[in-house]
Amino acid sequence: MALYEELKTKFPEIVKEGFQEVDGEVVVCNREGFLDLITWLKQEKGFIHLIDLCGVDYLGYKPKTFEERFEVVYHVYNLDEKKLLRLKVRVPEEDPWQYSITSLWKEANWFERECFDMFGIVFKGHPDLRRVLMPEDWKGYPLRKDYPLFSEEEDWEPYKVLLEKYKRRG
Amino acid sequence: MSLVLEVNKKQKGKDSWEEPFYLNMGPQHPSTHGVLRLFLELEGETIVNCDPIIGYLHRGIEKLAENLNYNQTIVLSDRLDYISSAANNVAFALAFEKLLRLEVPRRAKLIRTIVSEMARICSHLLWLATHALDIGAMTVFLYCFRDREWLLNIYERICGARLTHSYVRVGGVRRDFEPEVIEELYRFVEEFPKRITDYETLIDTNRIWLKRTKNIAVVSTEEAFNLGLTGPCLRGSGVSYDVRKFRPYDAYSEVEFEVPIGQNGDTYDRYRVRMIELRQSNWIIKQCLDRLSETEGEAVLAENSPDLLMPEKVREVSAQPHPKLGVMFKPKEKEIVPVGEAFASIESPKGELSVYVVSDGSSRPWRLRIRTPSFVHISAISHMTKGHMIADLVAIIGTLDIVLGDSDR
Amino acid sequence: MEDLWSNLFWFLAGTVILLIVSLLHVAYLTYAERKIIARMQQRLGPNRVGPRGLLQPIADMLKLLTKEDIIPAQVDRPVFYIAPFISLVCAGTGIALVPLWENFVISNINVGLLFILALSSLSAYGVILSGWASNSRYAFLGGLRASAQVISYEIAMSLALLSVVLMAGSLNLGDIVRAQINSPFKVYLIPQLIGFFVFIVSAVAECNRTPFDLPEAETELVAGYFVEYSGMRFALFYLAEYFGMLVMSALAVTCFLGGWAGPFEVPYVPFFWFVVKVYALLFFYIWIRATLPRYRYDQLMDLGWKVLIPLGLINLFLTALIKLIF
Repeated sequence: MALYEELKTKFPEIVKEGFQEVDGEVVVCNREGFLDLITWLKQEKGFIHLIDLCGVDYLGYKPKTFEERFEVVYHVYNLDEKKLLRLKVRVPEEDPWQYSITSLWKEANWFERECFDMFGIVFKGHPDLRRVLMPEDWKGYPLRKDYPLFSEEEDWEPYKVLLEKYKRRG
Repeated sequence: MSLVLEVNKKQKGKDSWEEPFYLNMGPQHPSTHGVLRLFLELEGETIVNCDPIIGYLHRGIEKLAENLNYNQTIVLSDRLDYISSAANNVAFALAFEKLLRLEVPRRAKLIRTIVSEMARICSHLLWLATHALDIGAMTVFLYCFRDREWLLNIYERICGARLTHSYVRVGGVRRDFEPEVIEELYRFVEEFPKRITDYETLIDTNRIWLKRTKNIAVVSTEEAFNLGLTGPCLRGSGVSYDVRKFRPYDAYSEVEFEVPIGQNGDTYDRYRVRMIELRQSNWIIKQCLDRLSETEGEAVLAENSPDLLMPEKVREVSAQPHPKLGVMFKPKEKEIVPVGEAFASIESPKGELSVYVVSDGSSRPWRLRIRTPSFVHISAISHMTKGHMIADLVAIIGTLDIVLGDSDR
Repeated sequence: MEDLWSNLFWFLAGTVILLIVSLLHVAYLTYAERKIIARMQQRLGPNRVGPRGLLQPIADMLKLLTKEDIIPAQVDRPVFYIAPFISLVCAGTGIALVPLWENFVISNINVGLLFILALSSLSAYGVILSGWASNSRYAFLGGLRASAQVISYEIAMSLALLSVVLMAGSLNLGDIVRAQINSPFKVYLIPQLIGFFVFIVSAVAECNRTPFDLPEAETELVAGYFVEYSGMRFALFYLAEYFGMLVMSALAVTCFLGGWAGPFEVPYVPFFWFVVKVYALLFFYIWIRATLPRYRYDQLMDLGWKVLIPLGLINLFLTALIKLIF
């Protein structure tokens, strides 16, 4: 918990809470000012390896209730101290956005694109925020909990367009 | 219909004849290793811009996993990087064991280490084969496949499957090794270093090979972290970061091995790193085999590991029958998993494979996030290819060692 | 009059026999390549059609002949139709000029060497035109690579052959062989070692074979210039490639290895030594293919302009100097 204490004293407004999990420390941060915190972590504390960036949807999560629906989870790793840190930023449903960290890690580019693709979280400052896994004209965000697992089968829009085109040709 | 990327034609004045040459490489192309599509902007044969487009093999594994129980997701993990599925199994199992606070028996740990190192050898052999074929050396391809076949046969003896094993289970492995398997593995371990020497004599000092790989796609150390390269690609750039050393899992803390690193961070260094890794993996297997005899007769599955069989099914769960699929039988929920989250990462043959699982206490994961090395490596292609030629692009795809099942999930 | 008719008859008969024999050679060269490479790669190779797969080339040919000839929309039709024929004719005609044994040559012209060089340069047109006419970007890149390759390797090859012409004092291939037999070493391979090296490397590039198979680089350009071709037209490109190999080997044998001459006479088989030498060279081609990776486009140009052409020039200069002194 040493790192949490340090972060708490350095960024009292940004850090919300911190606790210890089985695999390392978890620090929950505010969205505002998050960039300062992660820049400091990368440049001063040696957390140079961004392992993962992902979104989580907590809609209807039974054990706990959160004010905000989404969470963006960062896993950063310090190679010198062999320390894993998990950063969490809660993102409300009404305006789902978060600051992009592509200026720090080019790697984050595609992670953020995927997060946008799957959860609809917009990353501010991202150079090229497109869908990455789903087709570009896909509707809905598949990994949200309210996205149906089964639904009426329906042809994909471009495919319908193609069918129309060839029907007209005969 | 925005399927086709909008092409921004650079207008260099109305009288100009200059216009970039666009080439759409893939999704069907012999050397994109699957259904990767690369949208290239060329100047002659030099690449000005490269936009990798993926998603053609997207199966929604993360979404599927949220609707299956923990043991069932292991089966999905096979389909990630289908060349080294044993390693993926291990990653999933590790995350779930962390969540369940399960202690895995030592023999199971050793066996897991053996199968994941076999997966590494399989994967590296396939990498060497396709990398060499991409650059044009045809014979290496078939030699590598011959040896990979041997390992696949051993896998078949171990678990009955050649490619998608599902051998590693939460809390251990499915069943113990047979004595014949251990004998066969010993034979392999004895023979394999000679085979590696064979490949090396074929291409190691070949002038054309050196010309095609030296100083191609040079990645500096900072750049490698910036691009998120992991595994042999990162080690080729001179960082000795290996999850097996930094956060040892399974039996890696008790075996000895070296982590090879490169100096220049070019394609040749990455090639050398993987070749040394082949030898190291072979050595690890040998050590684990020696230790297996110490644990003769031990169980290979933790006692309190969750059911291997499908849980009992209850009929009344789905209120309305599904129009196409009929009445859905939902497995009975067992409240065995504690609430919380766990993160586990392994050194998969391609790089760092990590699994982040959030549990809500039910028998299914609330969220299962898989960070796959290929996904990150494909995103690095556009940075690495700038200024290189089409022929180098093929070499770069080879050196990154990507599998599209891994990246698209 | 009688004489003319019988001459014409013998000429036609010789042409037809040579054509059939060389076509058979080309067909079985594909078989030999597959078998030899299979052997080198520890696999079986074709073994289903006929005993030991011996009928495989015929089966392949039948298959390709009966396949649908797909003409993609928006190709430049006339050029698309004619390009494979240009390739094949230019690659194959050269065989008529090569003396197979003493006093046997279909067309004994005085500028035989020049004619072969001209034809082999022209055969690149087939590649370039097909690349252009296919209206496909891969084919186009393949065509561009072929044209770049031709200008870098034609020169080196001509320079190497020019030294041979200097030594022999003739452009007639028969005369060149005779001059070799009368020379102190019996073959030009020894005095012209550099020339032979330059020639062989250029010949591999000329036939678009590995490690210089850039116009058709499978892993980069899928199939390069003939990516849009199918059926018999596709097969014609293959025929042209193997015909090219055959002609280049025959030329190498004629100009450097002493043609029909051998260490001893083989009775009743005047072409024995010629054929043996050609087979050895063809085996060499196949061997290279199984062993070497592919060059990159710019590295190939480097090799052509910075190594082979200077080497050829030096060799030419040395040959001229020696010729002047002795």
